[in-house]
Amino acid sequence: MKFTKILPILLPLAALVLSGCGSDTESGEAADSENILYVYNWDEYIADGVIEMFEEETGYTVVYDVFETNEGLYAKLASGDISYDVICPSDYMIAKMIANDMLEPIDYSKIPNLKYIGEDYVESSKAFDPDFAYSVPYTWGTVGILYNTTMVDEEVDSWSILFDEKYRHNIVMLDSVRDSYAVALKYLGYSLNTLDEEELAEATELLIKQKPIVQAYEVDYARERMINNSAAMAVIYSGEALYSQDYNEDLEYVVPKEGSNIWIDSWVIPKNAENKEAAHAWIDFMCRPDIAKMNLEYITYSTPNTEVYDMLDDEDLKSSTTLFPDSDITDRCEAFSYLGEEGDKYYNNLWEDVKAAAN
Amino acid sequence: MNRKKLQLFATPYIIWIAAFIIIPLIIVAIYALTDSSGAFTLENIKAIGIPKYARSLGISVLFSLITTAVCFFIAYPIALILKSMKIKNQNFILFIFILPMWMNFLLRTYAWKTILIPNGLLDNILAFFGITGFNFSDSAAAILFGMVYDFLPFMIMPIYNTVIKIDDNLINASRDLGAGYFTTLRKIVFPLSVPGILSGVIMVFVPSLTTFAVSKILGGSKYLLIGDVIENQFMTAYDWHLGAGISFVLMIFIIIYIVIQNFIDKDEGANLI
Repeated sequence: MKFTKILPILLPLAALVLSGCGSDTESGEAADSENILYVYNWDEYIADGVIEMFEEETGYTVVYDVFETNEGLYAKLASGDISYDVICPSDYMIAKMIANDMLEPIDYSKIPNLKYIGEDYVESSKAFDPDFAYSVPYTWGTVGILYNTTMVDEEVDSWSILFDEKYRHNIVMLDSVRDSYAVALKYLGYSLNTLDEEELAEATELLIKQKPIVQAYEVDYARERMINNSAAMAVIYSGEALYSQDYNEDLEYVVPKEGSNIWIDSWVIPKNAENKEAAHAWIDFMCRPDIAKMNLEYITYSTPNTEVYDMLDDEDLKSSTTLFPDSDITDRCEAFSYLGEEGDKYYNNLWEDVKAAAN
Repeated sequence: MNRKKLQLFATPYIIWIAAFIIIPLIIVAIYALTDSSGAFTLENIKAIGIPKYARSLGISVLFSLITTAVCFFIAYPIALILKSMKIKNQNFILFIFILPMWMNFLLRTYAWKTILIPNGLLDNILAFFGITGFNFSDSAAAILFGMVYDFLPFMIMPIYNTVIKIDDNLINASRDLGAGYFTTLRKIVFPLSVPGILSGVIMVFVPSLTTFAVSKILGGSKYLLIGDVIENQFMTAYDWHLGAGISFVLMIFIIIYIVIQNFIDKDEGANLI
């Protein structure tokens, strides 16, 4: 059969069939879309049962998807083909989305539970959301080193241990561009938002030199390696550290003295969200103290909710400096800011150099 | 049935090809040959010459060649053994080899990760026998192991299907005329199984070359294969033009490879894909 002869006839036909499908599903969804809420959140970032409770109380049906890195989230949304109603990016990514006009302002009158969110966190949010118009804080935390006390004898208080030949194949780094650069830049004494080419070149060189002694670059799996005693230390988010400590008593978390990253993950509503009403209901639900408490106990990330501390029954959680770091720790930490299109590209390119380098 | 009617039956397939192969290919080509402002450029294609990308491509080709070779040396003897077995057992053994394919390969790769990580199941079993200091996880060897494990069925199936069809009379005649087992293998069985080998090689080599998840999961993200570079451009760096450019180069590579293979085996070319 001569394919070329049929093609001109079939192409429009195919287009017709495909567009037909498209309009079909659209009209089909229109009927239900008022009841469906599309949520896009970090993996393992909500307590068991919370989604069901929300569905029961509000009557919405939740479609829940998860992502692993801010960059992955951005790539999926920026294609414009997929729309979520409510998503949970980190600070610098929210700034990027605001800059690219991808977010819908939040109607705070529909979030009465916002009163439970601490004033400090609203203030901190203004670093990436200057008018506090687009976001509602969900969790916050630090980045630090989780180490196994049976495998590390010395005192750990500096990033320098990650570059120690002694721990060859025992170090797990974060497979995330900004976080890994934050480690290297802070160790070198620079800002983790630097765009200085020499400072970044120095950090890149350091990361490439470190690569042969790294066991693996991981995001979610880092805690599995630490729980399983596979590695002596890992760069990890504070909440993951607490989770790991539940399963392995030998693990300690420290925010190095050179400083680190402090971050906030907030709920935001994308511009192309189809069910903004439900999105507001979801955000309000997440701010409710009992829900925030459930989430904190399950995902073990710090909460901006002011009511939760007094509600906690677990003394271990209450006294945890990982969960409630004192100002001594938070003062030496720095938040990420959005680096602009060019800055992002520059960082990504350097990170690719690191990942492509020889082991 | 006349020709026209036959053509009608092909319609769903043609629509499928147009919608999911031809049009996407055109879109990839458009992205590959333009920059973010939409202007024509060859930069995305030339990017493969950048040392880090060239190196990634080199590693990918090397890993694919090794994977294909290892798969062949495992699959061919298995196919021969299966041929010499009684019909009943034959199907059962084949079933055993194909069985893992019933489960998603990503899940199986993650399962291997928990087995291979330091102080994981493998290390503990080895330690039980007094073997320690064996550093297999997060290495090139672990990636190759994962690739062979994932792609082996694609080598076994086509080889088995050709070998099983070889007429036993030919083999018996060869033995009758005084050829030993290995001479018969070399002069009769092997040449007749070439079509199966070639399609097995393509079915293993091509997905190996573009693989990305395995290297990430079993290699601790330390080896950047060309598939990882492309994924990174789409998913992290968000440069679709560069990602498409590298994909395009990879496609050209694969087409050249298939053309060469068809050229080597002109007569059997029709059976290949």
